Amino acid sequence: MRITQGTFSFLPDLTDAQIARQVQYALGRGWALSLETTDDAHPRNVYWEMWGQPMFDLADPAPFLRELEACRRANPGRYVKVNAFDATSGWESMRLSFLVQRPAEEPGFELVRQEGPGRTQRYALRGRAAARPAGPGHGGERR
Amino acid sequence: MLMRRRVYLQPMTATNAPPPPSRPADARAERYRSGVIPYRKMGYWDSDYVPKDTDVLALFRITPQAGVEPEEAAAAVAGESSTATWTVVWTDRLTACDRYRAKAYQVDPVPGTGPGTSTPQQWFARIAYDLALFEEGSIANLAASIIGNVFGFKAVRALRLEDMRIPVAYLKTFPGPPAGIVVERERLDKFGRPLLGATVKPKLGLSGKSYGRVVYEALRGGLDFVKDDENIGSQPFMHWRDRFLFAMEGVNRAQARTGEVKGHYLNVTAATMEDMYERAEFAKELGSAIVMIDLVVGYTAIQSMSRWARRNDVLLHLHRAGHGTYTRQKTHGVSFRVIAKWMRMAGVDHVHAGTVVGKLEGDPNVVRGIYDTLREPRTEERLEQGLFFDQDWADLRRVMPVASGGIHAGQMHQLLGYLGEDVVLQFGGGTIGHPAGIAAGATANRVALEAMVLARNEGRDLWSEGPAILDEAARGCAPLREALDLWKDVTFDYASTDTADYVATPTFT
Repeated sequence: MRITQGTFSFLPDLTDAQIARQVQYALGRGWALSLETTDDAHPRNVYWEMWGQPMFDLADPAPFLRELEACRRANPGRYVKVNAFDATSGWESMRLSFLVQRPAEEPGFELVRQEGPGRTQRYALRGRAAARPAGPGHGGERR
Repeated sequence: MLMRRRVYLQPMTATNAPPPPSRPADARAERYRSGVIPYRKMGYWDSDYVPKDTDVLALFRITPQAGVEPEEAAAAVAGESSTATWTVVWTDRLTACDRYRAKAYQVDPVPGTGPGTSTPQQWFARIAYDLALFEEGSIANLAASIIGNVFGFKAVRALRLEDMRIPVAYLKTFPGPPAGIVVERERLDKFGRPLLGATVKPKLGLSGKSYGRVVYEALRGGLDFVKDDENIGSQPFMHWRDRFLFAMEGVNRAQARTGEVKGHYLNVTAATMEDMYERAEFAKELGSAIVMIDLVVGYTAIQSMSRWARRNDVLLHLHRAGHGTYTRQKTHGVSFRVIAKWMRMAGVDHVHAGTVVGKLEGDPNVVRGIYDTLREPRTEERLEQGLFFDQDWADLRRVMPVASGGIHAGQMHQLLGYLGEDVVLQFGGGTIGHPAGIAAGATANRVALEAMVLARNEGRDLWSEGPAILDEAARGCAPLREALDLWKDVTFDYASTDTADYVATPTFT
């Protein structure tokens, strides 16, 4: 399975050149760039682990692209996403967010059902990967 | 008390009290003598009036009856939408009537009408209303005031409310959209691209289980939302509870398959508010992210549902069902840009606002003006887009416009170009009509959209390269190739009935 979170996940995985162009676009809009990683891509998990702090005031994509490389090397087998944040009035939120790395295998989610009153069901998603124990480097933080 | 003709009430004042302000006693006597005088002599026309920042302003397009002067027609509209009636009444003197009277302060001829054209002369009339005329936070009261009386007036052959300027002082009495664009995106965790939706087709007739199948297929294929249509309620072929149960099954299955947050706009429009609340509560209980209502439920119901949506953390989608009866003809009715303003104030998160290139009415400039009215923190006067006033939205949250009606993947470059990225693009027939099935149709739309956004961000020109970008994306996506081949010749090219009337002012450098 292939989770389809992020702005470009229905396209083939972006090449480094394509990523660099999106980063350049975000910089041109004055947005701050950041990286996040996780092994729990449940759709309601909005707090992935941050890789360092967001990079504000970048003039050039290169420092960010170096961080991206370091983040991917340090987090093999985890989801990694690039975020672009707009701090202007009326937004103060993400404007772009796309995956740049996935685990080699994505086990996906099972739908857990609980019967409720009438024909109502209570649904939950359980990641099929969730049963793996936490190991070294699981937190994804930048060292 | 016996009232005789030509006798008026004297105000009771102490002998050393200051005299009544401004007008000499004989002018006042003349004004309030019983009988009929022109509206423009009653104080409803004042070309020297300077609108206050706290005034509500309205711009009407007036077609007067033959022989009625434009200032008199404008004054009549001002009068009949504020305090007047057709004859002088002494009870005006019991009020601070100068304040409550609306003032028509400017009248301009509409370009392209009158002698030498095929259209009777029309006039743009600007009218100012004191803030005290309106109840806080009530669109029903605002609408009753401005449009409740004046449109049937015989002295006016045709009348259209074109635009309004709502003062910040009045906007602050409205809570506005319960979520708005930013909160919606954060709840869905989807950024950087338009959202994709589809209406279940056929509009009516499917059973609950079949309905949920359409929802599941469209969502698992790549759409973010599916929706009920405006006329789906609770009919013999499908009770509303069964639709809700099966639709949410489809939503949850699709979330598990894709790992994305998905939604289906459950239509809670019903005969009474009690029924609407009952349906909305069930939708919430089932975990739906969003519900929808139709414009025909009325302004009061819309505000009630807005309040409910905020308290229950559910997005509120408004289908503009029925608006076309009064928004489409330039001569008479209410422009949709006014309805859009009222809906942002009343507080909805989504509203249908036009597609430009689809099957329903929409001139590009007029649609842009409406989209900006919904989305921007502030808009400026832009006559070519039909925006007649500067409008500061006082941080009222921003509404996500919805483009729905006869659009397909082959138009993706035009849709992104005309409408921008903060929009829900709904492809009903354009998903469900795909030859390889609903999921394939959804995938075609999603791939086309993402490819177009990627290309736009890279700096490519969508207008000239759009078809090439779609062809490139279709090389890796058979469903998109099929969609482009099937619909490539479909366009809806008819002359628009609602276009802006303005004279471009030359700029001097």
